[in-house]
Amino acid sequence: MLKTCGIPTEEELASRIPPKDRRKKGPVVMIECFQKIPCNPCFTACKRGAIQKFEDINDLPSIDFDKCNGCGLCISKCPGLAIFVIDETYSEDEATVSLPFEFLPLPREGEEVDLLDRSGKKVGRGRVLKVRNGKYEDRTPVITVTVPKGLSMVVRNIRVGGDLR
Amino acid sequence: MKDTEIAVIGGGPAGLMAALAAAEMGARVTIIDRNSRLGGQLVKQTHKFFGSEKEYASVRGIDIGRLLSDEVLKNPRIETMLDSTVIGYYPDDGVLGVEFEGKTFVKIKPKKVVVATGASEKFLPFENNDLPGIYGAGAVQTLMNEHGVVPGENVLMVGAGNIGLIVSYQLMQAKVNVKAIIDAAPCIGGYWVHASKVARLGVPIMTSYTIKAAYPNEATGTLERAVIWQLDDRWQPIPGTEKVLKVDVICISVGLSPLTEILWQAGCEMKYVPQLGGHVAVRNENMETTVPGIYVAGDVAGVEEASSAMIEGRLAGLNAAKSLGYDDGTYSEKRLEAIKRLQNLRSGPVGEKIRQGLAQLVSSGGDYNA
Repeated sequence: MLKTCGIPTEEELASRIPPKDRRKKGPVVMIECFQKIPCNPCFTACKRGAIQKFEDINDLPSIDFDKCNGCGLCISKCPGLAIFVIDETYSEDEATVSLPFEFLPLPREGEEVDLLDRSGKKVGRGRVLKVRNGKYEDRTPVITVTVPKGLSMVVRNIRVGGDLR
Repeated sequence: MKDTEIAVIGGGPAGLMAALAAAEMGARVTIIDRNSRLGGQLVKQTHKFFGSEKEYASVRGIDIGRLLSDEVLKNPRIETMLDSTVIGYYPDDGVLGVEFEGKTFVKIKPKKVVVATGASEKFLPFENNDLPGIYGAGAVQTLMNEHGVVPGENVLMVGAGNIGLIVSYQLMQAKVNVKAIIDAAPCIGGYWVHASKVARLGVPIMTSYTIKAAYPNEATGTLERAVIWQLDDRWQPIPGTEKVLKVDVICISVGLSPLTEILWQAGCEMKYVPQLGGHVAVRNENMETTVPGIYVAGDVAGVEEASSAMIEGRLAGLNAAKSLGYDDGTYSEKRLEAIKRLQNLRSGPVGEKIRQGLAQLVSSGGDYNA
């Protein structure tokens, strides 16, 4: 449960998952923001108007999934690092997840990495497709990684170079 | 004796904004800060800030600090005294005593004072809490983010407020293993997004747990083990639930208390408001205390976020300048805008504690109501 351990339950997650029909059409955003805090950079970052204007800065983001094209420009702008882009159309048996990753070493494109769930547990291996780390990302690199198709809603972190703990 | 129109004590987010706002209105300002550079705690904040664009949302604290200090340093109306500590305020003649650059004693007679001294960390009583290896979270941040030194290898973080969560994340970024984050409260006090960030690194967050004791390594005398135990719903420890963690660092992050010594000296009416971190000065909506000409802003006025500290600073600076007669016609509009932004930031569920605290504190009406 979020408020006791920082990990959302299935029920908590349900309201933030993009509709199934939309997920079949290509990359789409999933904003794991569950708490009304005074914050709105996701709205400011979205060039397509998919993230609706905040009536009150404490509101949770509300998304027009049909306007979202999964560009991911919002990922590095979220101060809570709570935005992910999911593409379930990547291939027959793989999806991709784009996630914010502020750790060194950064993975190289093509490198295999551990895939971790929301509790940091390893759930598989994936391949890094893209590392976006320009001026725009401002030291919050965005990593796109392949994941087994069934894990698109599970993988939310990666580990480079194995378990060091 | 040195003269200035407005003395700003403390060059953190609130003080810098106060100085910039007062100078923008036309006043001459002197910022006095005991550190070697401006920015206060912003220089340690490597995370991107919340808020809206106007509060520099999505910009890292360290970059906000740099931005504001650059603006201050190039502003001809603002003078900066670094490595200088205000050590006394003499209410009879309104003089500030300053230990200037650690060497000489300087007296400053300002027309107005903005106190933006911030807050200091609270600590916890437990067995052996003075062992080497036990730090406040601020010290860990200073070591790591200012000096590039890691505090140890394995850490127990005590406190799941925003600071505890953020420092845990920074420790993990520095390849220091955080074994657990514990908090005596039944719920995480910090923002859940910060909690999720550390949870997906594999760091367990354990609510309703507190620290029982710390034990040293017999040979070195430094911290080797921490014992934690669970609390029941009446916050009483449950015998038999003890867990031993092998850690060489315990980081205490259990809240802040306002640094109010100068306000007491000045004779400001003070009130104990737990929701704001302890004793704070009674003040009006313009951030002016019960001693005319003395303003507060930031954590010293009530422990809160840096984003609201910046707006409080702006409000205090605008009002201090206005009280000296500086107004280019924009004062009323700027004042109202700042008040409105503060209200917006505090209007949600996470602002409830602050709203409760302020309700006990803010006297109605202001001297310069528009």
